[in-house]
Amino acid sequence: MKNDSKPSSATRREFLGKLGRATACVGAVAGALSVLPEVSAKTEAPSAGGSFPNKDYDWTKHQWAFGVDATKCIGCLRCAEACKRENDVPRNAHQFRTWVERYVYLEGEERAHIDSQQDPVNIEASGSEKEYRFANRYKDAKVEKAFFVPKLCNHCTHPACVQVCPVGATYRTEDGVVLIDHTYCIGCRYCVQACPYGARYFNEEKGVSDKCTWCYHRITKGLQPACVEVCPVGARIFGDLKDKQSPVSLFIRNNRVQVLRPETGNAPNVYYVGIDKEVN
Amino acid sequence: MELLNNLAHYTGWVYPNETVFEWSLLIAVYPYLTGLVAGAFTVSSLYQVFGFQRLKPVAHLALLTSLCFMVFVPVPLLLHLGHPERAFNSTITPHLTSAMAMFGFFASFYVVLLILETWFAYRPFIVEQAQKRSDLLGRFYRLLTLGSYDLSEKAMRYDRKWIFALAVVGIPAAHGLHGYVGFMYGSLKAREWWSSDLMPVVFLFSAIISGVSLLAVLYVVTCKLRKVPIDLACLKGLGYTIWGFIMVALVLEGLEFANIVYKGREGVDMIMEYVTGPLLVPYFVLQMGVGAITPLILLSYMIWRGTTGRALIWGITLSAALVLMSVFMMRWNVVIGGQEISKTGKGLLSYNPLIFGKEGLFMGIALTFAPLGALWVISRVFPPWEDAAAPSHAGAH
Repeated sequence: MKNDSKPSSATRREFLGKLGRATACVGAVAGALSVLPEVSAKTEAPSAGGSFPNKDYDWTKHQWAFGVDATKCIGCLRCAEACKRENDVPRNAHQFRTWVERYVYLEGEERAHIDSQQDPVNIEASGSEKEYRFANRYKDAKVEKAFFVPKLCNHCTHPACVQVCPVGATYRTEDGVVLIDHTYCIGCRYCVQACPYGARYFNEEKGVSDKCTWCYHRITKGLQPACVEVCPVGARIFGDLKDKQSPVSLFIRNNRVQVLRPETGNAPNVYYVGIDKEVN
Repeated sequence: MELLNNLAHYTGWVYPNETVFEWSLLIAVYPYLTGLVAGAFTVSSLYQVFGFQRLKPVAHLALLTSLCFMVFVPVPLLLHLGHPERAFNSTITPHLTSAMAMFGFFASFYVVLLILETWFAYRPFIVEQAQKRSDLLGRFYRLLTLGSYDLSEKAMRYDRKWIFALAVVGIPAAHGLHGYVGFMYGSLKAREWWSSDLMPVVFLFSAIISGVSLLAVLYVVTCKLRKVPIDLACLKGLGYTIWGFIMVALVLEGLEFANIVYKGREGVDMIMEYVTGPLLVPYFVLQMGVGAITPLILLSYMIWRGTTGRALIWGITLSAALVLMSVFMMRWNVVIGGQEISKTGKGLLSYNPLIFGKEGLFMGIALTFAPLGALWVISRVFPPWEDAAAPSHAGAH
């Protein structure tokens, strides 16, 4: 090594100067305005690439959607139990891929009493955190109006959860389903915070976020989601929007449907019939 | 069955999945640390870029403080992740639509900038130590010279140019990093308490006052520990800086709250019930009253009366300590408070932090104070004190 430090320090400074300029250039490119349309919540594009998960399934040929006829729901909660079994959801009273809400208006009261299967009173009635019943808690009250509302992930067209995922572990498939890659999720839970519907939970055992997939493993084999399959009254309707005669296409065409929280701009794909002003 | 860590009690109607609290107190510690980084850097910039000569005694301390806190910024995040081993995925394969994905880039850019600026600032000291010492530490300093022992006027002029440029770039970098943390919350439309355009600036100004306050406290404490007289002009400069920025911070915070109340969108009933109930003490009393308005009055009084001497030292130290508490409460009230108001707008939750464990109370406290430990160590190797560096520097020539 040379002992004379002058030439080497001059070269080093020149190098540092170049490095500084290069860094500035990279920064300028990264901040270029062209990024803006990409990050807007309105432009979240569905995932590209090969079809998933079966070889004989072509996701460009389907556009899945879900319907809920709240006027039919009897609050039996078979859907909630079936979902937990089918999808290996932790068997506790705090984490659900789907749940049912009960709205009860008592005589003389303006606001509804709302509860769901996770409510301690209902858990006490079922006797276990793994089984769900609605307790008969209003039997002595004068009920003016009451109804049930099944809830699940809305598989939004512009999903806030997908927008905020820092690694792209959650994504929207070509056939309109929002999925999570559990092998890539870092477990930051930004998506849990971003979902306005409370549809996501964090699986502490697996260290990843989780939510309803409309039973993607079933629907891509031509089956119905587990909750739709077990519903005894047909309150849950599932199908392909690209098939004009599918149950969900008919449901949307024959009813005046609405979605939850349209003001968020998320454009949900679960269509409701028979819900009330307090439901959100 | 696994154990659920952060179960929350609730009243009213909350979504079933909300009964587990997902962002724990560590996520409140994280913006507190980044805020202190940005605030401390502000002090260093006020001297380096804006020529506030009276802040010279704390200029190097500010730089080291910023560096030490920045090193610890990722720790609460890593401890919170479900898969910390995948943390770098967000930097290697960033999802560009995510506000969070940019963290790795912003943070590493800023760490590099801080290290570079510290190196340039300490180069004369490093060279001098490298030539003087022959022990292991001397070898360390020789390594840090990167082979350059040139302290000629020309070289120093070149160094000063770099320090100035880095400080200039550092201002948007430090404040960008922290404003961006505010954006992470402000851009979420799912929660009324977070979803505010003012959130990034509110974060920014509270960051500045917290960092300046930290330096005021550190300066007084280190002077006492080292038994050297406190430069009152410098301390008063810090006091003025807190005073100026705290007014802006208070106005912004007030405006944000006024916006929520005045717009009165869906769910505002719950917010009102929350702020007048569980949030009354943490928000109005601790964050606003004790932590912001009290120091503002105290500082105003001291400036008006021209207080000096011991009273000034005590007054500014007390004000600064209160501001540090206030800003922590602000982080808490945003991060935890936002989650305590249910997304349904019809219920409230209450967070009970764990005491032990990786997301417990002790970990939170440890992480808040760990940067100070790092600062203690690094200040042994790179003394930020004027009196320590200057005479030995002069002696070398």
